[in-house]
Amino acid sequence: MDAAPDLNSGGTGGGGGSAPAASPWRPRPDWLVAFALVFFAVVYAYPLVRLVAWSFWAPGFTFRNFAQIVAEPAYLQAFYNTVEIAGIATAVCLALGYPLAYLMATTDPRPRMILGALILIPFWTSVLVRTLAWVVLLGRNGIINQALLAWGLVERPIPLVFNNIGVQIGMVHVLLPFMVLPLYAVMARIDPSLVTAARSLGASPARAFLAVFAPLSLPGVVAGASLVFLMALGFYVTPALLGGPNEITVATLIEIMVRDLLDWGSGAALGLLLLAGVASVFAAGAVYAGAGRLVGAERA
Amino acid sequence: MADRPGISLSLRVLTKRYGRQTVVDAVELDVAAGEFLTLLGPSGSGKSSILMMVAGFTPPSSGDVVLGGRSVASLAPEKRNIGVVFQNYALFPHMTVAENVGFPLKMRRLPRAERDARVTETLARVGLAGFDGRLPAQLSGGQQQRVALARALVFAPGLLLMDEPLGALDRNLRERMKHEIRRIHAEFGVTVVYVTHDQEEALTMSDRIALLDRGRIAQLGTAREIYERPKTRFVAEFVGESSLIPGTLVEDGGRWWLDGSAGRLPVPREAAAFAGRSALLMLRPEKLRLVAAESRSGVPGTVIEAVFVGEALRTVVRIEGAAIVVKTATRAGEFRPIVGAPVRVDWDPADLAVLPGEERATADLA
Repeated sequence: MDAAPDLNSGGTGGGGGSAPAASPWRPRPDWLVAFALVFFAVVYAYPLVRLVAWSFWAPGFTFRNFAQIVAEPAYLQAFYNTVEIAGIATAVCLALGYPLAYLMATTDPRPRMILGALILIPFWTSVLVRTLAWVVLLGRNGIINQALLAWGLVERPIPLVFNNIGVQIGMVHVLLPFMVLPLYAVMARIDPSLVTAARSLGASPARAFLAVFAPLSLPGVVAGASLVFLMALGFYVTPALLGGPNEITVATLIEIMVRDLLDWGSGAALGLLLLAGVASVFAAGAVYAGAGRLVGAERA
Repeated sequence: MADRPGISLSLRVLTKRYGRQTVVDAVELDVAAGEFLTLLGPSGSGKSSILMMVAGFTPPSSGDVVLGGRSVASLAPEKRNIGVVFQNYALFPHMTVAENVGFPLKMRRLPRAERDARVTETLARVGLAGFDGRLPAQLSGGQQQRVALARALVFAPGLLLMDEPLGALDRNLRERMKHEIRRIHAEFGVTVVYVTHDQEEALTMSDRIALLDRGRIAQLGTAREIYERPKTRFVAEFVGESSLIPGTLVEDGGRWWLDGSAGRLPVPREAAAFAGRSALLMLRPEKLRLVAAESRSGVPGTVIEAVFVGEALRTVVRIEGAAIVVKTATRAGEFRPIVGAPVRVDWDPADLAVLPGEERATADLA
């Protein structure tokens, strides 16, 4: 009845120092970090340095690998494809994810739990398995086409896979949780009495939403959209399995370079350019929302 | 802005049920134009539910809300023209003070120039001139409270609802804001329905108090009536401190007495209504006197506790069958109780109230 201010949102981790004071040995925090740092140096920083080295080496220091990419329309087309696919996937994820997150943030605890579970369950299945499942569902003889044929909605199977549609369906499926979760995290912290207050002050439900809820949810939109767009830029499995020959992305192009053409220098250069693109999008998002928001940390 | 915009509010058998639970039970209430009425009650008593139904945020299960003679039960909240001040102020964090206060005027599509003029004027009236460009997060709790008031009053509503607006403030600030809200009420002439569980707020601010108990109005009256003449045990115990002594009322020698475990105690004349029935004698601590054990008047007892509480000395006296709390002034020359020593408690029967005795409240269980 008397809605108490949300006292639990902050400081629930207050009892963090759970190690008993009398414990005989406690690792120093910087040691714990050291393990992670070594791990990252070996599996992340070192390959990255090698990637940079390859991209400027052919043999001897050179810009040739990059010059080739800029000069070759097919390569530029791959970049264009990648950005387009990622952009559309982001837009679709936002269009589907925003209402979903809104529902989760505004509904009762029980349906919220069910929705949350439905969104999280796919996380426990590998991307490869989920993507292959779409091949089965969307194929010429897949369930969807068979159903459409059986109901007489189409006369011959429609191409749903090995083209842009298939890629989008598969990518949105995989990426949707990454849109919903940051959106939900921001929306859940919007005080519902703000919308109520707007109503009492003369705003219709739609105007209350547009004037109050939507602007306050914007950090979640930026966080979710950047996250999904960034992940979509580097997506490999889904476009490779569900895409057709016309949807070459940078990731599939790198694979061709490295595996089929054994051109490691060009592959590395492509990878570096993609990484630079990702980093600049992340930086833009971070400047807007604060880096912490983008990786899900609470803003102080 | 109209000089006296206050309009009347009537609740007609207003009821709210959630499943089998009745939160507001056929409440009838008339609030006069310009009145300051407080809905007082413990949590779960239905006071906030009533407020939400008046504002239009929750639909009543049955009954009607009549505003200025017109039923508003079917109107959406934004059409009711009621100002609401929320418990946590609900200021829009992404808007400046001026944008917050201008919001209701923008929704009413007032031209920009007029909007700005009204915002400036209203901010000045609540004592916040010059704060236009600040964000809510840059204001103190008291200032946020004033912004919330200005925002709820800028569109000259006839009725202002306030939902525990002082709950988040510290004690000193709460004291000041109580008087500030009274002043604003008088200046704007708006009808106020104020919800609180804090009896002190209710007693000092209200023209009248409706004390709620489990979805019903237990008593409606001025602060003085509620405090001095409670009608039920619930009212007596919820508002102020009191000692209750059970007994039966009898007449003897032209005066009325309560016969109980504490012996025969003098009671006021009005108690005649309870003649022959079981009743409770209510003693307010500050209406009682302590007198020396050798004295003739009063009831004998033993001091079991004496605590200095600042403005008074709070003494607990055990008499036969009951413990009585007495608050006495700390002036020089006042009787000084000694813990463990015998003492007598005396009073003027006119200062006491008699309540109906223990009724088995089966009918109240909704």
